[in-house]
Amino acid sequence: MRIFSPATLEEACAILAREKGPPTPIAGATDVLVHWPMNLAAKERDYLDLSRVDSLRPMRWSEDSLTLGAMTTYWDVVRDERVGREFPLLVKAARQVGAVQIQSRGTWAGNIVNASPAADGVPALMAYDAVVVLRSSAGEDEVRLDEFYLDYKKMKRRADQLVAAIRVPRRPHDVQIFEKVGARRAQAISKVGLAIAHSSAGWRVVAAAVAPTIRRCRTVEAMLERGDAVRSADDLLPALRKDVSPIDDIRSTSAYRERVLARLLYHDLKGVCPSVT
Amino acid sequence: MSGDATMRVEFALNGRPVSLDIDPAERLLDTLRYTLGLTGSKEGCGEGECGACTVYMDGLPVNSCLVPTFQARGRAIETIESIPPESLGAMLASGATQCGACTPGVVMTACWLRKHPELLKTHTAREVMAGNLCRCTGYDGIVDGIRDAMNEKGTA
Repeated sequence: MRIFSPATLEEACAILAREKGPPTPIAGATDVLVHWPMNLAAKERDYLDLSRVDSLRPMRWSEDSLTLGAMTTYWDVVRDERVGREFPLLVKAARQVGAVQIQSRGTWAGNIVNASPAADGVPALMAYDAVVVLRSSAGEDEVRLDEFYLDYKKMKRRADQLVAAIRVPRRPHDVQIFEKVGARRAQAISKVGLAIAHSSAGWRVVAAAVAPTIRRCRTVEAMLERGDAVRSADDLLPALRKDVSPIDDIRSTSAYRERVLARLLYHDLKGVCPSVT
Repeated sequence: MSGDATMRVEFALNGRPVSLDIDPAERLLDTLRYTLGLTGSKEGCGEGECGACTVYMDGLPVNSCLVPTFQARGRAIETIESIPPESLGAMLASGATQCGACTPGVVMTACWLRKHPELLKTHTAREVMAGNLCRCTGYDGIVDGIRDAMNEKGTA
């Protein structure tokens, strides 16, 4: 196990391009270190520690977007009043990640590349049309977060690329809803998650823990855009079944997940979407 | 870069500088307990769930079982050993501790909240304490102790 500790983003990219493996980038390490003493395979790998790259730390506002550096933690967002005003789903999601001890170390970029189907931060970012900014020695690429995942833990990130930042477009939203259903209120991993947003860009419905990746429910979104009448949670099921494919696992069952997702969605939309009554 | 051998780390521990050669695979919790002999921080779950290993890193509570020691380089680490026992009267009186396994972590998070009362504008004490599991008290004693401690004058 070797540790690389670059001080700059350029240096970090050069290490990723050069070293065999390549080293696994780590930010807050809260996913990598779980049950660490027993995880012998993890000690065979090399790591690229991003925690000393100061340029990855801050959040930056521009006229049309908020950029979260790759080292921006959940707690950074929870404590930022401006983020709370403009992007309340980010704060709601962050407060449901583990507890303060995890929020203070865990990062948004780490949540994206850990690629858990039950991630809390990713659905909120995806509902805001976030863009993943990838850096390598060859240059910079941008991928929409809703096009970033290919399959379970498969992403459009080359091994020599680092997630350097996440850019979230600023636009006024008139609907912003975040739901997380877990075994208890804190320290839980989602059985079902949901983020809903509406703006001039249209409806965004993003579901968690009901597919191999966090999933934008485009069939449901199209239904809402068309104004199809929805009079019960069951009316959403045909569309939802095209968008998600929940499974039975240690945390829940396929039937429970589908039923709860449809009901959350129906009750959340009733009153904010005119075609849902 | 650091190879397979040891790695030099320097950080501030409870206000004093320390300099150590560590195994790069070491967790901060193990460095504290086994290299530095500060056994107040406990290992409960090893997965960031129970909070018994809570320490401060640059002033924020973290699970030391999830911090690689090399990430402590240049940071300020504070452990339960830095908390003066006489500041814990309210928690003792309220029955915030029974078996004691969770207590070091509970005290760290509770003292952090006492140092940052502004958190109560956005968070309940229970939400701040959500990362510290206790299997004895049912939490009421802990929450009562925090309330009483925050009402004490001149202890912040």
